[in-house]
Amino acid sequence: MSQHYLLKNAQLPNGAMSDLLIVDGFISSIASNISGAEAQVIDVTGSVVLPGLVDLHTHLRQPGREDAETIYSGSRAGAKGGFTALSAMANTSPVADNAGVVEQVFRLGQEAGLLDVFPIGAVTRGLAGVELSEIGAMADSIAKVRVFSDDGHCVFDPLVMRRALEYIKKFGGVISQHAQEPRLTIGSQMNEGNVSSILGLKGWPAIAEEAIIARDVLLVDHVQSRLHIAHVTTAGGVEIIRWAKARGINVTAEVTPHHLLLTDELARSYDPVFKVNPPLRAEKDVMALREALADGTIDIVATDHAPHTSESKECEWSEASFGMIGLETALSIVQKTMVESGFMNWEQVADRLSTAPAKIAGYEHQGSNLKVGSSANLTVINPGKTWTVDRDLVASKSRNTPFHGYELPGVITHTFFNGSPTLLDGVLSSGGVH
Amino acid sequence: MRHLLSIADLSKPEAISILDTAVELARVSDGAVKKLPTLRGRTIVNLFAEDSTRTRISFEAAAKRLSADVINFSAKGSSLSKGESLKDTALTLQAMGADAVIIRHSSSGAPQRLADSSWMQGSVINAGDGTHEHPSQALLDAFTIRKHLGKGSSDLQGIKVAIVGDVLHSRVARSNVLLLNLLGAKVTLVAPPTLLPVGVESWPVAVSYNFDEVVASVDVVMMLRVQQERMSDLFFPNAREYSRYFGLNSERLAIMKPNSIVMHPGPMNRGLEISADVADSARSVIVEQVANGVSVRMAILYVLLAGQPLEVGGN
Repeated sequence: MSQHYLLKNAQLPNGAMSDLLIVDGFISSIASNISGAEAQVIDVTGSVVLPGLVDLHTHLRQPGREDAETIYSGSRAGAKGGFTALSAMANTSPVADNAGVVEQVFRLGQEAGLLDVFPIGAVTRGLAGVELSEIGAMADSIAKVRVFSDDGHCVFDPLVMRRALEYIKKFGGVISQHAQEPRLTIGSQMNEGNVSSILGLKGWPAIAEEAIIARDVLLVDHVQSRLHIAHVTTAGGVEIIRWAKARGINVTAEVTPHHLLLTDELARSYDPVFKVNPPLRAEKDVMALREALADGTIDIVATDHAPHTSESKECEWSEASFGMIGLETALSIVQKTMVESGFMNWEQVADRLSTAPAKIAGYEHQGSNLKVGSSANLTVINPGKTWTVDRDLVASKSRNTPFHGYELPGVITHTFFNGSPTLLDGVLSSGGVH
Repeated sequence: MRHLLSIADLSKPEAISILDTAVELARVSDGAVKKLPTLRGRTIVNLFAEDSTRTRISFEAAAKRLSADVINFSAKGSSLSKGESLKDTALTLQAMGADAVIIRHSSSGAPQRLADSSWMQGSVINAGDGTHEHPSQALLDAFTIRKHLGKGSSDLQGIKVAIVGDVLHSRVARSNVLLLNLLGAKVTLVAPPTLLPVGVESWPVAVSYNFDEVVASVDVVMMLRVQQERMSDLFFPNAREYSRYFGLNSERLAIMKPNSIVMHPGPMNRGLEISADVADSARSVIVEQVANGVSVRMAILYVLLAGQPLEVGGN
């Protein structure tokens, strides 16, 4: 028995005003003045309705580090942030390099029931970069893995990368590369530049990212496969991707919300909440990333949500873990950096955070961009309201947000997953199995 | 002023007041009774999470001459070597009522973490953190330079200083660049390009790869220690080549300006960055730096914990 919902006075991504009726899990009508007698009416005047957000880069930590996040807690954080699909990165313990682990992750996501959890498979066994993982078995599993990544590690060996790119052509997969030349980043702690020179923290040079992006766009062109560059952070990386796309090379790219806003100046506090890999860069990089996301050189925003326990962050900078949580703040950061600055409109936001990532990963029933007859995966944001980030009030199990205390625009009031509200007027559904 | 974490936190008058206070306190050290009662009843912890003998002893002597109670907490055999976190160590020190913590740590920024956290309330004094800063070393170096070349001036206006060697990994260099610049000196960094950080172009210094072009024109040559582990990490081909291009030997000493001085923060690698005859020469003030270290560290403790600079000519 499914509840019907009628969203009144919604602003669609293209700016048009409309009502939107959800029946039995699907969008049944988008029109003015719908009267749905049996439906629960939700007046969303002043809000924008977007297709449910799709994250292509999420660390859910389960199995192995359930003290930092679980698939259930991460699903709640996602629903709160307007997401209806997450992509669970493979660097769990055990590593998601076989059908058993990806099926477990997929099943736990379904049991949580708050959004789709699509596992990403490791490219190499144990993320070691030496032997290919059981890519075919993961693709054929019930999780139907299509995205493969050693994220956290670069697939550095060019021969391994070449073989992986070739192998996934068998089922139309894509490799998401964490572009980090390992020899140039031994012991690296932050962006290499003026700030690192003063702080005495070992630099992570932009060239270490750019060199791998350059190599891999050439490789993927040579073997005619599909490459996705995870978390691009540098102006130089953007230039290479722009060049590759102009040549018709099959490459897509993502940027994280934090790299659209924060710079390496924040490391001056030595507070490891700002320690992330790849690191926060300089202002010129931030501006290049915004322009690239607006003009489509960078295809999507992905969170790289990386929960860590407090002891992993309440310590010296060099001892601390890399990463920051991001699911609950992603859309607000995009509004702040891209919409309010005039770089993008809401239609582009819908594309970069829903339609395009769903297309890259081939996720069914996601990113449909609010078409009648499609699965009712959508999120409602009131862009006129603001909220203050409080790390003690996050749905994630971890508190490592770099935005604690920030007043951000855009309050997400509702998220619908297959027609059911996972966030209803700001209140999270408890979902299924915890 | 509550903490001393970085030279960047000091204004010029604050830096000069520490140096002036050190001058007064040096007289105490020269006297028959070396103690002042200023910090009687105050507890100072030497938290040395990285091996260091000279800095720890220097701070300990400084604190004891001001009559503070000193607790030494060093890496070996302490809970720090048993995996206790900085946070828990700080909470412990707070519970023990430490008025100040002097911290040496291998991780850049650890003193600032301690100062900015709510883990403890006392003053934090950076005694060297990773490859970041070593403010008390810079202050004692400035004290030493002023004493020899200051000509009665309170600052170091116009004095030319060459800092030579592994700038990339040197906390001494970072603190000295900031303080020497603050006090009006002109700094030239001399190093192989591999041992200068990317971003050095934003520093208030000149940079040279050629020691011979610099050595004859400066008032101070400050040599930096080359750590043994750099040898195997591609920073330069071998020790002999490093020594040939960047070592201070008697040939280079011979072309230095009259009255110029040679400094080294220690411990020295004799025969590598500095030859034995130079280290022991009349121009070398290296041993004096150590003695001045105690006075300057007394001044730091005095200013931070007694709350004011010592009146010049007073006490």
